[in-house]
Amino acid sequence: MSGSSDEIKPVSCTIKPPVYLHIGDTKTDPAHSGVCVVDVTLPFGKPVNVEEITFKNYYTAYLTVRLLRRGPGQEAPAKWFTALRDLPLMDNPHTERGSQDYYSVHRTQMQVDPDQVLSVRLILRQPSSAWLAFSLEEIRIFPHTEPDPEKEVSDWLSDLTLGDQHPDLEQGLPDPHTVSSSLQQMWALTEVMQSNQTTASIGRFDVDGCYDIDLLSLT
Amino acid sequence: MDGGTELSLTISHIVQRLKGSHLHSQIERQAKDCLHQPEIRLESLKDDVRSFLKTSGWERQLQNAVYRELHVQLPPSHPMAPSEHLKEPLAYMRKAQASWEKRVLKSLNSMSTELEVPLARMRSAAEQKELANKWNEMGTDDPDLSRFRPVYAPKDFLEVLISLRNPNHDSSDDVSARSHWGLIQVPVNVRDIPQLRQAYSELNLITGQLGIDDYAHIHPDLFESEHVQIGKKVLVEQDSAAAQQYSRQGCPTGLRADLWALILNSTNQPPDVMHYEQLTAGVIQHALLVDHLIYKDVKLTASNDDYYFVFEDFLYQVLLCFSRDTAVLDHFKYNSATPPKSYIHGKVGDEECAVVYPPNGVIPFHGFSMYVAPLCFLYNEPSKLYSVFREMYTRYFFRLHSISSSPSGIVSLCLQFERLLQTHLPQLFYHLRQIGAQPLRIAFKWMVRGFSGYLSTDQLLLLWDRILGYDSLEVVAVLAAAVFAFRAENLMEVTSLASAEAVLADLSTLKVMPLIQIFLFATSI
Repeated sequence: MSGSSDEIKPVSCTIKPPVYLHIGDTKTDPAHSGVCVVDVTLPFGKPVNVEEITFKNYYTAYLTVRLLRRGPGQEAPAKWFTALRDLPLMDNPHTERGSQDYYSVHRTQMQVDPDQVLSVRLILRQPSSAWLAFSLEEIRIFPHTEPDPEKEVSDWLSDLTLGDQHPDLEQGLPDPHTVSSSLQQMWALTEVMQSNQTTASIGRFDVDGCYDIDLLSLT
Repeated sequence: MDGGTELSLTISHIVQRLKGSHLHSQIERQAKDCLHQPEIRLESLKDDVRSFLKTSGWERQLQNAVYRELHVQLPPSHPMAPSEHLKEPLAYMRKAQASWEKRVLKSLNSMSTELEVPLARMRSAAEQKELANKWNEMGTDDPDLSRFRPVYAPKDFLEVLISLRNPNHDSSDDVSARSHWGLIQVPVNVRDIPQLRQAYSELNLITGQLGIDDYAHIHPDLFESEHVQIGKKVLVEQDSAAAQQYSRQGCPTGLRADLWALILNSTNQPPDVMHYEQLTAGVIQHALLVDHLIYKDVKLTASNDDYYFVFEDFLYQVLLCFSRDTAVLDHFKYNSATPPKSYIHGKVGDEECAVVYPPNGVIPFHGFSMYVAPLCFLYNEPSKLYSVFREMYTRYFFRLHSISSSPSGIVSLCLQFERLLQTHLPQLFYHLRQIGAQPLRIAFKWMVRGFSGYLSTDQLLLLWDRILGYDSLEVVAVLAAAVFAFRAENLMEVTSLASAEAVLADLSTLKVMPLIQIFLFATSI
């Protein structure tokens, strides 16, 4: 979870306008091929170690992420790598589910380490002819940072994630003993987050005994 | 977000919600009291107290409370998603819901202005006393309600759903494989019969069901007796999750009230009774315009119904209290609707004087009282009846009159009904369409009420057993399609909308479970 994104700012990057691939001559036969490429260039001369890419979907069905990484030596050319292939964003390209949801792609999900990245290429696919347009919005790239040596209460979440780094893949759930032994930390967190507040409602609907109201607000 | 963090977040959310609740203080007190008991030893204090709570049934109650919270919790979402996205992810549906709400509010405002009845007023001391005396027999009142009209009726809402469009959807008029003959034009996800067969496997032809295998001519030892025994066991164990699973095969009449209360984790403890009494005081103190709408609705619908007219007084009590209950505001976190807002006289814009109207944020429409009426057969104590109704409304019924992409939402139910009909009864659908009798126009009123008032009560309760058991309103759409399938022969012969309506006017003789079972499991695909 990008609890760290509260503190870490996204890298400033230039998002080029999406390029829609066409089949055939664009003038006579502007058939939509359902493929679109969005290039995101990072600031020149400052390659980034990517932690996470977040975005809001707009009717894209599948996402492929390619990264341009700087070569190992001074003279070595940069190379393109595929970090993620055909990540499904909509479980059925013809229907609405997932079409406007928010997503994150974390470095742990990528097939190559997203370090020394110069540019990110997002290849969007929407095979269904049901939609007029598809794209991604609010694309943000977060850089990888080393964790602070001094731990604060707000770091308890990242502690919990680190503790569960060896998930039981068959069940998809963390070890319950690890979770229950962290219950202490969670109580502490709820105390910090909402000291003394319960969610039990008080039940009063009036303001100091008065409920003489104007007409309903239409805004 | 990986599974570990998601689970931890869920746990901390639930902990926060249960903290400070009546159950929390009860368990704390029990834990303190048990320290006097001999079997609790200092060396193994934690484990001993834990096992005491387990054997005395408190752990089970906590489990049920957690289970309830899981039902009403928002699904895990991306941290960047704003709260409006959590209520409803699709922007065009949020917009449609907002403009529908604006229409309703305008209508309510103009009713208030035209009839010169304030939205809310404090009752005089004499009026309060009179109402308190008459509390149990409000049905004997005969106020002049002729000036009041319902704010909207289901058919108005249907028109809004029909006009719902996704601006990004290519809905050219060319006939294609995607041609949809029905009225709903938004492509929300709905399940087809193969998927429904998997999801509703307990309803298949070889599994025993109440509503099918409990008929007089079938020996009870084949299914019914054992099923009742299991039901009794579930009640003794007081396990919510087990009760929900059990309900999929139907609840025996004698056990249904307790089973539903267990599934919904609806208690009738002193705090609940006190809460209900507080609501009653709220009704007596302030008179709301919405009260007239409730009176009118009960008089028009439930009072005219052969099955429900006897419960008229209960309905007034429950619905009036319901509209004063601010605890209902909680459910707007996951409801695409927003509660209407207003300000105290002369303090427009002052957020300190902003209030919700009505206090529970729900404006009743024509037929709303039918959500409560069937429950009157199960519960005769008003606070218990109220508690169960409120839980059923905030889990299920609210989805029947708000615009959302939820699979249990009315939009999905309508689309599912039309798709099932078009896929499996194409001739019938085509015929009805040709004569100007779009099937949804007939089925909509059934679905919006969850079939309440259209089926006979015992059949309705069997249907609602499955809504609770599967935690979904999908069976309502399936039943609607199954009813059309059942009356298909007659419908093929009609030549107008009016005669189609006539064929489907009386559903009171239908047996719902055989219809659903045959439609899901005996339709050739």
